[in-house]
Amino acid sequence: MTMTEDQVQQIVIDIINEIAPDEDTTGLKPEVNLRDQMDLDSMDFLDIVMELRKQHGIEVPEEDYPELASLKSCSDYLTPKFNAE
Amino acid sequence: MPSSLDQQHYETVIIGAGMAGLAAGIRLALAGKNVIILERHNASGGLNSFYSQAGRKFDVGLHAMTNYVPKGTKGTPLTKLLRQLRIPYDALDLSPQNCSRIHFPDCQLGFNNEFAFFEAEVARAFPKQIDGFLALAEEVRTLDAFNLGSMPSSARTAVQRHISDPLLEDMIFCPVMYYGSAQEHDMDYGQFAIMFRSLFFEGFARPLDGVRVIVKLLQDKYRSLGGIRKMKCGIQKIHTSGGRATTIELDNGASISADKIISTAGAVETARLCTDQLVDAESDNIGQLSFTETITVLDKQPTEFGWDDTIIFFNTAERFRYARVEDDLVDPSSGVICFPNNYQYGEDRQLNEGFLRVTAMANHDKWCALNEDDYLAQKSHWYDELQKVTLGLLPRAKKNLNFEDHRLAKDMFTPRTVRKYTGHLNGAIYGAPNKIKDGRTHLENLYLAGTDQGFLGIVGAMLSGISMANLHVLQGD
Repeated sequence: MTMTEDQVQQIVIDIINEIAPDEDTTGLKPEVNLRDQMDLDSMDFLDIVMELRKQHGIEVPEEDYPELASLKSCSDYLTPKFNAE
Repeated sequence: MPSSLDQQHYETVIIGAGMAGLAAGIRLALAGKNVIILERHNASGGLNSFYSQAGRKFDVGLHAMTNYVPKGTKGTPLTKLLRQLRIPYDALDLSPQNCSRIHFPDCQLGFNNEFAFFEAEVARAFPKQIDGFLALAEEVRTLDAFNLGSMPSSARTAVQRHISDPLLEDMIFCPVMYYGSAQEHDMDYGQFAIMFRSLFFEGFARPLDGVRVIVKLLQDKYRSLGGIRKMKCGIQKIHTSGGRATTIELDNGASISADKIISTAGAVETARLCTDQLVDAESDNIGQLSFTETITVLDKQPTEFGWDDTIIFFNTAERFRYARVEDDLVDPSSGVICFPNNYQYGEDRQLNEGFLRVTAMANHDKWCALNEDDYLAQKSHWYDELQKVTLGLLPRAKKNLNFEDHRLAKDMFTPRTVRKYTGHLNGAIYGAPNKIKDGRTHLENLYLAGTDQGFLGIVGAMLSGISMANLHVLQGD
């Protein structure tokens, strides 16, 4: 089954809810950097990468971490990876 | 007889089940790593541990957890660490302090978890210094503690740029040093900033049941994630080859291998475990500061005596001297008094008995050279001396209550105890004076975390474990 960009964004939101339960993820703007909308730091992004690997078997090499900056960039970068499985 | 661990291989071996080791273990277990924590003792917690005596539970280490912020505060060390460990805030059961004091001859400064109160106290006692104090506070607030740039690295020098009265300078350094400086007389300005923030901008809190709440929380979390922990499992040697750690030889003769090792045993202590190092390696980086602490159990709450403070940092000498004790077993001229009862535990929640703890600097070598009889006699002598100093500083007991009449039990730990529980050379509570901030060692797959990596306090120790596990094992994995 092919994943849509919306589904991939939802996966990222679910992960953020899990690793940062005190952050409000409702109404996030897809084009705006996640860091500008929530209190996330580099340690939190490491956890997003960790959960993508654990829950979905998706590998994000360190040099690609900047691709996770916004929900839109996440789905641009991750959707092909999900669909390549 | 080699144990069942013999010939096992792990992705990461963590040496030490203190705050840093447990926190690092949780991070690695969260990532699904095959990780084991090896601990020499039969209890977790390291320096921050607890014991029972005559059915009574005693804490070691924790007077107050620094870095306290109320639930929901963003971006502070405590919030970051809870998120990284996926532990809910409420699980720590933190209750904030009442009020603490810095008590010097003819001068006292109160502080609590609101910085404005401390500021007002400085303005009251040192009206000419308040502008400098505020400038210092602002600098400390915004400083990058791990990259000082053009700032002086000596905290004394840095503080003297803002504060010209040596009394105020000493009064600021007293709590900051007592709660985490491994260096004598002075400290690194970055470390000073970390401590200043954790004490004065953030604050003190404590779980009602003490440090065991935190240790148990970490242990349970680690175990629930499938992490393995082996107690009573000391390490004899780390075998090396070509700049790498290859195998770890345990006290019982078993040998295990690991891709990476995170050691919380201390910088010098870890180096000396390695087969490619001399037994006296890095002797210039051994900590010189050790402490003694008396614990008194009372049949009344401290407030019934009129003692309402949470922590009192005291100095009775002309200048505050934070350095190894040279010619006696204990230096009673400065120290820390703590009443674990005096936290805001809420309605109907309070420790059943009253507790008074007094900490002072002590000479490790002299304590360790005593034979058993002398050791006990000296403990008794110095217990009395420290109570004398303490009672001289505290307000006179209400209703003429006699302290001795209400004492149910007493105990005392010395540098000998510290050495036993932490394994730190010299019983140095805060470890080596020169911290290894990137956690790297002479071996490419052996890293340091905990006290000697340079984060301070309980929260700092946990953050150290987290950041070293992230940096050296998880990042770019």
